[in-house]
Amino acid sequence: MNLTLKIWRQKNNTDKGAFKEYKIADISEDMSFLEMLDVLNEQLSTKGEDPVHFDHDCREGICGMCSLYINGNPHGPQQTTTCQLHMRSFKDGDVITIEPWRAKAFPVLKDLVVDRSSFDRIIQAGGYVSVNTGGVPDANEIPIPKSIADLAMDAAQCIGCGACVAACKNASAMLFTSAKVSQLALLPQGQVERKIRAENMVAQMDAEGFGACTNTGACEAECPKGISITNIARMNREYFSAVLSSDTV
Amino acid sequence: MSWVSKTLNSTLGRKVLMALTGLFLILFLVVHLAGNLQLLIPDGGEAFNKYAATMANNPFIKVVSIGNFAFILIHVIYSIILSRHNKKSRPVGYSITKASSNSTWASRNMGILGTFLLIFILVHLKGFYYEVKFGSIPMTTYEGVEFKDVFAIVSAAYSNVLYVAFYVLSMGFLAFHLSHGFASAFQTLGLNHVKYSPLIRKVGLVFSILIPALFALIPLVMFFQN
Repeated sequence: MNLTLKIWRQKNNTDKGAFKEYKIADISEDMSFLEMLDVLNEQLSTKGEDPVHFDHDCREGICGMCSLYINGNPHGPQQTTTCQLHMRSFKDGDVITIEPWRAKAFPVLKDLVVDRSSFDRIIQAGGYVSVNTGGVPDANEIPIPKSIADLAMDAAQCIGCGACVAACKNASAMLFTSAKVSQLALLPQGQVERKIRAENMVAQMDAEGFGACTNTGACEAECPKGISITNIARMNREYFSAVLSSDTV
Repeated sequence: MSWVSKTLNSTLGRKVLMALTGLFLILFLVVHLAGNLQLLIPDGGEAFNKYAATMANNPFIKVVSIGNFAFILIHVIYSIILSRHNKKSRPVGYSITKASSNSTWASRNMGILGTFLLIFILVHLKGFYYEVKFGSIPMTTYEGVEFKDVFAIVSAAYSNVLYVAFYVLSMGFLAFHLSHGFASAFQTLGLNHVKYSPLIRKVGLVFSILIPALFALIPLVMFFQN
């Protein structure tokens, strides 16, 4: 297939940036989207041009490193990660517009690469549990109902790619933060820091400059891991019960 | 900053204020509609005028109405604060967005819908609330007791086709605002449950159609009766 790519090119964080158009020919529909970009970059390198910078790592849909806002949707038209998106989702002759995630808390570093370390700082603020060092505890030592374990696992599916922020009209990180709060708050191991976790992670989320939630549900619809907005409701419960009952004044 | 103001200034706290005031205003709509429907009783306005007098003289209603104004104000102020914050969270926008593929139009345009509703409320307050409270309005007598003829004011307003059209259009905006706002308020308060949320969404949808439709019915009926 032959395609026209409109790609956001930006030299560095302070550069204004602009779209640049590229024609690309003989793309197989069995290629992944990132492989298509690899082909483009090979051609650019051969011509001595600066290749298009984009984030990627595992290319198996589990690391959360790839991003890209493709034709108006994060990770493109399918509900999956960009690395798992295939060119058969597009038609011969299509114009594909590729933009970086847009959020104040995700500054563009170069081209399509954004700095998502704001997510790391939210995790550092409370996304952990205290465990005793020493021998490995027995599996199933603490009984956890299957339904609760499933809910925690569903929340833990979040790979932190930031598609929720990219999709949200407010660039809100509620879905990410709520998944990280939920996966620990649901389990017995997460009870020690339960209150301080909710308070600190929400405070960090706000400090990073993410927007508020309008409950449009765009995040849930675009999340490649299908994280549910029921987690946002749980985070709200966790936060307000923590604020009303904790010792933090 | 105290923990209270810190909480209420967080993104979650601001949203909870929006949800709580919104739910109160939803409740107010029901009470207001129940009163308004008396306009359709074919008794020349006697039931409605007596009801209006009861509302005006009841101290409990006076307190609630002050609360009502305060909640509208909080709802408006916090919507502005939140909208400004949300705009700042994405300083550079996208060239193409397919928002309709992941969310409803009403959920993305609550601010615009709300702005139209605020204009409606201001016109509505000027035309009825202000006139009845501070304007000179005709009096009428039932069983030897004098009552303000609020019915006459309403009836006169609803004989103006432009006012009726404005009213009906505003109820359309209200329907869209409620179609998202009702269920959204529960979600913000953390009330999301596998047993109750489907019910809340259904009730919200019925409420968002039924209540504005009944409100709009009153001026329409009165216009065509005139």
